[in-house]
Amino acid sequence: MSAPVDAHLDQPPAVTSLRSKDLLGIAELTPDEILLILDTAVAMKEVGERPIKKVPALRGKTIVNLFFEPSTRTRTSFEIAEKRLSADTLNIAIASSSVVKGETLADTALNIEAMQPDMIVMRHSSSGACHLLSRICRSSIINAGDGMHEHPTQALLDAFTIRERKKHVNGLKVAIVGDLLHSRVLRSNIHLLTKMGAEVWVCGPPTLIPTDIARFGVRATSLVDEAVADADVIMMLRIQLERMEGAFFPSLREYFTVFGMTEARLRRARPDVMIMHPGPMNRGVEIASEVADGPYSVILDQVANGVAVRMAVLYLLAGGAEHEAAA
Amino acid sequence: MPVVMDADRIGRTLTRIAHEIVERNRGVEDLALVGVRTRGVHLARRLARSLREIAGHDVPTGALDITLYRDDLMRHAVGPQPLVRRTEITFSIDDKKILLVDDVLYTGRTTRAALDALIDFGRPRGIQLIVLVDRGHRELPIKADYVGKNLPTAADESVQVYLEESDGRDEVVLQQGGAA
Repeated sequence: MSAPVDAHLDQPPAVTSLRSKDLLGIAELTPDEILLILDTAVAMKEVGERPIKKVPALRGKTIVNLFFEPSTRTRTSFEIAEKRLSADTLNIAIASSSVVKGETLADTALNIEAMQPDMIVMRHSSSGACHLLSRICRSSIINAGDGMHEHPTQALLDAFTIRERKKHVNGLKVAIVGDLLHSRVLRSNIHLLTKMGAEVWVCGPPTLIPTDIARFGVRATSLVDEAVADADVIMMLRIQLERMEGAFFPSLREYFTVFGMTEARLRRARPDVMIMHPGPMNRGVEIASEVADGPYSVILDQVANGVAVRMAVLYLLAGGAEHEAAA
Repeated sequence: MPVVMDADRIGRTLTRIAHEIVERNRGVEDLALVGVRTRGVHLARRLARSLREIAGHDVPTGALDITLYRDDLMRHAVGPQPLVRRTEITFSIDDKKILLVDDVLYTGRTTRAALDALIDFGRPRGIQLIVLVDRGHRELPIKADYVGKNLPTAADESVQVYLEESDGRDEVVLQQGGAA
């Protein structure tokens, strides 16, 4: 598959709908579907800049946000996106649910489904949990992060942010630095960036590099300077201490010394480099404060763009899918 | 495929509408043009040029995408969604007289959606509707203030407006049995 040229915003996209009723991961999307979501998000971003930040598009739709893992940014972002589209939203958090009483995921899902929601946005600590739900539920399932597998809306908002600055993704050198092993953001971004024709480098301690990572069409290294050299975009990943069982590196201080993004390291990148981080940030571990708050940082743009991208996904999935219409 | 308006006719019609706008509003003060995407935007920009020639002032011009306000969204549980394009209204519409521009007035549903969308941007002093072609068959109580051409049509006919900016030529065509 050849990399598509990024569409110009004035041209109609090559496809006008998504094939699936669900958004489970970037792996399942075609480059044209990704462009459709990103182009739609451009229009959605404008809605958020109006005095009245609300449109009636999803009036009467019910969306359940089912979060089995703590999340502030993603859950808030989805909820704002849903409200801006006039959907009715319902938040279910693990601490207050029946799961603590022993209910299985499938039973929880079927009980929610019995109340006729139109869409379920789910975050779960198990990889593949959304795929299970998509098989047993009629509602559209949107993956808001499943274990160490995928976090598709994060990769989409990252691509949107890159496109906003650089106009295209094709041909850019993107260095992704940090905890590669535990990161669903990494997996979604690798799928997306390679599909859009970027040159992707991944970098981290050897103990945190998945053994078969080259299979995904990326270059792996443990030398930050090599990854960052002439990079157009640097994405920092959080060290996920909560997912680490065992010692992957000697200490956080040593990690920062070897892999932390500092202004000195940044000088090897292109002068117009963008610094990204999916959050939450560990200042002084993977990223120095002067970089996180510096002129190259687009970290808060990413958060703002997350709402627009999620609005686009919700809107495109709400109408259902073409293959079902034909059935 | 009868051509009901050619390039000259479209040009003269827009000039005439521009003069009507100036006459009715006694100038162009407090006026703003908002075109409905896609072809209404091209027409709004042309009217802005005419108004500048006639009155010597620039009239702010914006583009409105009404997709998210359509009344037929989500009517079917499944099916592709219509494409959403960016709305660009960079000026405040508060207390302005808004000239809403569309290419064809038919059922009136697009205009209804456009009115709802506009009101979300503020409280204009008034809204006037400009259309290049009024083909009848209204389903809502909506009437244009400025009409380029009244074109009686049958329900199974369709009116296609082609404009230089998007289609490479200026032409209004009446088609038999087409969907539009």
